[in-house]
Parts: sequence; C-alpha cells; structure tokens
Amino acid sequence: MIRPDRHGKSASATVEALRAAFPDAVVRDLVQSGDQQVVYIDPGRNAEVLDWLRTDPGERFNLLVDVTAVDYGDGRPLEVVYQLWSIPHRRALRVKCELPLSHLAIASVTALWSAADWLEREVYDLFGIEFRGHPDLRRILMPENYAEGHPLRKDFPLRGRFSRAEQTRRALSQDMEQYYMPEEMEGRGAPQIVPADESPTSAPGSKGR
Amino acid sequence: MTRRTVEIPVGRGAEMGMDARPAMGPLAPVEVAEPDIGSEQMLINIGPQHPATHGVLRLICELDGETVVSVTPHIGYLHSSFEKLGEYRTYNQIVPLTDRMDYLAPLIYNCAYAMAVEKLMGIEVTERCKVVRVICLELDRIFSHLLWLGTTAIDVGAFTPFLYAFQERERIYQLHEELTGARITTSATRIGGMMSDLPSGWAEGVREFIDTFPRTLNEIDSLLTTNAIHQGRTIDIGAIGPEDAVDCGLTGPNLRASGVDYDVRKDRPYYDYETYDFEVPVGENGDCYDRYLVRMEEMRQSVAILHQALDRLPDGPINVEDPRISLPGKTDCMSDMESMIHHFKLIMDGISAPAEDCYFAVEGSKGELGMYLVGDGGPKPVRWRIRPPSFVNLSAIAKLAEGHLVADLIMINASLDIVLGEIDR
Repeated sequence: MIRPDRHGKSASATVEALRAAFPDAVVRDLVQSGDQQVVYIDPGRNAEVLDWLRTDPGERFNLLVDVTAVDYGDGRPLEVVYQLWSIPHRRALRVKCELPLSHLAIASVTALWSAADWLEREVYDLFGIEFRGHPDLRRILMPENYAEGHPLRKDFPLRGRFSRAEQTRRALSQDMEQYYMPEEMEGRGAPQIVPADESPTSAPGSKGR
Repeated sequence: MTRRTVEIPVGRGAEMGMDARPAMGPLAPVEVAEPDIGSEQMLINIGPQHPATHGVLRLICELDGETVVSVTPHIGYLHSSFEKLGEYRTYNQIVPLTDRMDYLAPLIYNCAYAMAVEKLMGIEVTERCKVVRVICLELDRIFSHLLWLGTTAIDVGAFTPFLYAFQERERIYQLHEELTGARITTSATRIGGMMSDLPSGWAEGVREFIDTFPRTLNEIDSLLTTNAIHQGRTIDIGAIGPEDAVDCGLTGPNLRASGVDYDVRKDRPYYDYETYDFEVPVGENGDCYDRYLVRMEEMRQSVAILHQALDRLPDGPINVEDPRISLPGKTDCMSDMESMIHHFKLIMDGISAPAEDCYFAVEGSKGELGMYLVGDGGPKPVRWRIRPPSFVNLSAIAKLAEGHLVADLIMINASLDIVLGEIDR
C-alpha cells in the first residue's frame, strides 16, 4: 500500500506557502518530468528559505537528499540544486539557485544539515562554487593539490587541461608528506612527524621538482 | 495495509541469558607501574590499501591511547569522473558506466539509471519489464547484503559466515552470467526495456535460489545473531539516534536501524512496489548490531518479494514497442528496410530527451540511490548526477567513531556498508 501523504498537500501548495512567507525570495517555479516540483529562489537568501522549509510544521523537509550543481555552458549561470524530502509528510521538492559565472558563491547550509558538509565540498571541488561559512571547504574527490581547475565545468576538456606528459610528471613528483593536510601534521596535538629540514617547502598546488 | 515494522525476534544480551558486554576487569584496581610518558595524541593512518577499509579508503585517525579522538576520511582514489563521461555519451551508452560504480549490486544501478531516463522521457515500460526489473533489484539487494555480511563478519573475527555468504553470492553471479553474459559488469538494461528477454530457465534458476538460500541465511543467523563475541563487538557501538541520522543524511538500512522507517519502495513506490506484500524492518538503537539485524531481515523480505514477482511474471514483450526507442530484431534489420533505418538512427543518433530535469530515486542496497538527469533536447544529457548513498553515509563516520576504540572504528566502517566505486565515482 502507498503510504498516504500525511497532510494531503501537494508540492505546489508548498510553493504557494513559500511565496506567502518569502514574497521576494521566490524567483519562479515550474513542474518538470510530469510531477516534480521545482522552485527557483534568490541565491542570497538560500539559507533562510531552506531553514524555513526544514522547520516549518507544514513543510518539514528534514532530509537533505542531495546538493549538486548544473553547468549549462555558453556562459549561462550555474545552478545549485538542493533535493529535499520530507520524511514526515512524504513530499519531495527541488530548490534551485542560479549563480552568475562572475559570482560563484552561496551561503553554506551545513548549519542546517550535517549532510551538506561533503555534498557541498564535492560541488566546490567539481564546479568551483564557494560555499560561504562551510567549516572545511577543500577538495574531496580530486587531490588536494589538483591544479587543473574544476572538472565538471563545461569549459573543462574531457581529458584535463594539462597534457598527458605533464599530468604524469606531476603524479610522479609528489611528496608523500603532502598526502597529509598541514593541520593533520601539526597543531592538533600530534607530534611533528617530519623533521624540520625534510618538511615540504612548496605549498600544495605549486609543485614540481 | 501491512505492518510497517518487523519484530526482530532476538534478545539483546541479558534477556538471552548471556552478557554481551566484554568481560569486566578485576574488581579491585590494580596498581600498574607505568612510565610517565605524557598523554600526547597519536596520528595513525589506515589505508588506502587495507583490507579492513572495504575499498580504497584512507582514514587518518587521531588517537588517545586506543580511543579515537577524530577521524578524517580521505576519498577520491577511485575517482573515474563517470558524471563527466556521461555528458559525452548518448543515454544508452551511459548504461555500462552505471554498473562500474557499485560492482556489488550492478543490476540495481542499471535499473535505477534506466528508470530515471524513462521518467525524463516519459516512457512507460511494459508490465513484463517492470517485474523483471523488480527481480533484478531484489536479487542484487541480496547480492550486496551478502558481501556486506561476509566481510563484516570477518572484521569481527568470524570466518565461516564469509564462506557461506560467498558461496551463495556465487550462485547469484551465475544468474547474472546467464542473464547478461557478465558476472559483474552486467549492463542489463536499455532505455525502454532490457538488453534481452530472460533466457529460458532463468526464472526457475532464481526460484531455486530463493528456495534454498533462506536455509543458508538461517545458518549464518545462528552463527552470528546470538553469538556473544559478535554481540559484544556490535551492541552500543557506533550508535546514532533518529534525529542525528536524518541530519547526517543517512538513508537505507543505516537510517532504518536508527528507527526512521523511510524506505523509497514504500514512500515513493515505483514499479508497483505498493502491490507487493513485504515489510520494512526498523531498528531501535541505531548501533552496529541493529544495522546487522535490519540487513538480515531485509534479505528475508527480498526473498518474499522475489517469490511474489516470480509468481506474477507476465508474458508479453519485454521492450517498449516503439521503433524510436527500442532496437528492432536482428532478422527484421536484415530483411526490412524500415527496421534497418530505425536501427541506424537509434545507433547513430540515440534517443532524444526533452529539455527538462528529472530526479528519480530507488531504494538501493546501500540507501536512497538517486539519479538526477538534465536534458537539453538532444541525445546526450547536459548533466548526469548520481546521488550516492554510500558517499553520504560515509560522511557520518567521524561522528559515529568518536570516542570508540580503533577496533570499533573498523566495525563501524564495515557496518555502514560502503562501496568506494560509488563514493568516488
């Protein structure tokens, strides 16, 4: 048996409630693929709107399913996409924010959902969108010292920006110590592992001997 | 309306007449002459090449004695940029990328991807295809849970369940091979149907498997569920409450072990899951032991779904009978001009999707497996995003392991049931 929607409310009612609560933050809304409600909001107010969606008793979108981004190419703005699911009300909602290429920054929602931590790091890593207020915004899938940019952007060539020879040279000339983050090596109570005269002199990212 | 929760018929420790906790130390404190070596914390590195990390995962642990102070996971060693590759391929050409992500449950990924594309394109698959895909989904849920069961048991020192589980997995491998020709890289689905119809005798093979498999499962159950060592290593280890579990984005068995009954098959049913009679096991304490119990029960429920699916497997075509979507038969291609044109167009151009986006989720073996597709009217997606359940589940490990012993960290990592191919994509 299908579990019924406990409020009998459709996703479009959520958009109406959202428009009533934030009249100037909702940019537009549309329905995609038949029955999937999408709402575009002002990227400057994403944390505020998402917090309302998470906590409002009529909405309770308490599960942040996914955070991702879409690059359409041709200089069009990047979209940050939040997939929300309400476990109490059994409803889905897709919230999008459009970011112009000249200003790829948006407020982090890690304070609302811990799940956003790694998801936002991945978007930062692969799209280069800065999440302001994220406690630990660094690359997650690509190496810390990856210097070719953000791979899922449309202007990133499929085989990378560097030649194969350059990629191989960089891969072979890595310092083992650079696999630890500086904070892990020092300053967290751990003893200094690398003697001072052997510690890496080049900062991560500016490598090559 | 079926009951949504299952009574898990296993006592926890004391009621069963056994003390699950590790033996206490001597009653009177013993004076041990310890050298005064200060209390500096130690940094140790586990992985990336280590059998207990269940893949190419690297954990950097800060330890105080044997207690974990903090864990920093480092991932990305298996990154293959599948999402980027997908943007350069037509919708049908992406199918082989999907099973390489979760090689422990390849059919689930094949099906989830095809279902998302069909949702985007508005294609309704045939009744036979629906039931066949339900069989694939549930068969691979067992397939994946068995690997988790075997390797997790090894992590707490039980070797026999590993052998039992892998013997059963081998039988599913053979069913994969009969169905698709491959054991792991199945690539079984196509947009609008399957690669081919079921080979003769395959459904009987599945029936034989589910008739005999519960016996092995019960044997493993009797080896582990009330085993004092197993209980001692799992009860109250890595516990997470329902609010925290939702906050961390856990899904699948990991979330249900914490007492939240969110299951995509029940809450957003696809492929007539609402007409199958099955129950969703839900735990109470959210510890490693509950995650174990939930997965054990899920395998039994999958067997029940498989019985029902095999009973109702209808005849009829497996692929959508639309020449713009499904390839024509080989004989038609060779003898009929029109079929040959359709074949050529499908291979050379692919199938176009509308300029819309679509998020479609199935209940994978590891959690909510979502596929987010953005089309632009052409035959290739603008963006293909996998909502990776293991990736989000693993991100909670630092929270789960804090304050436990290093040995428990291994158990917690195992109990999350991760697959690095999908985490790194």
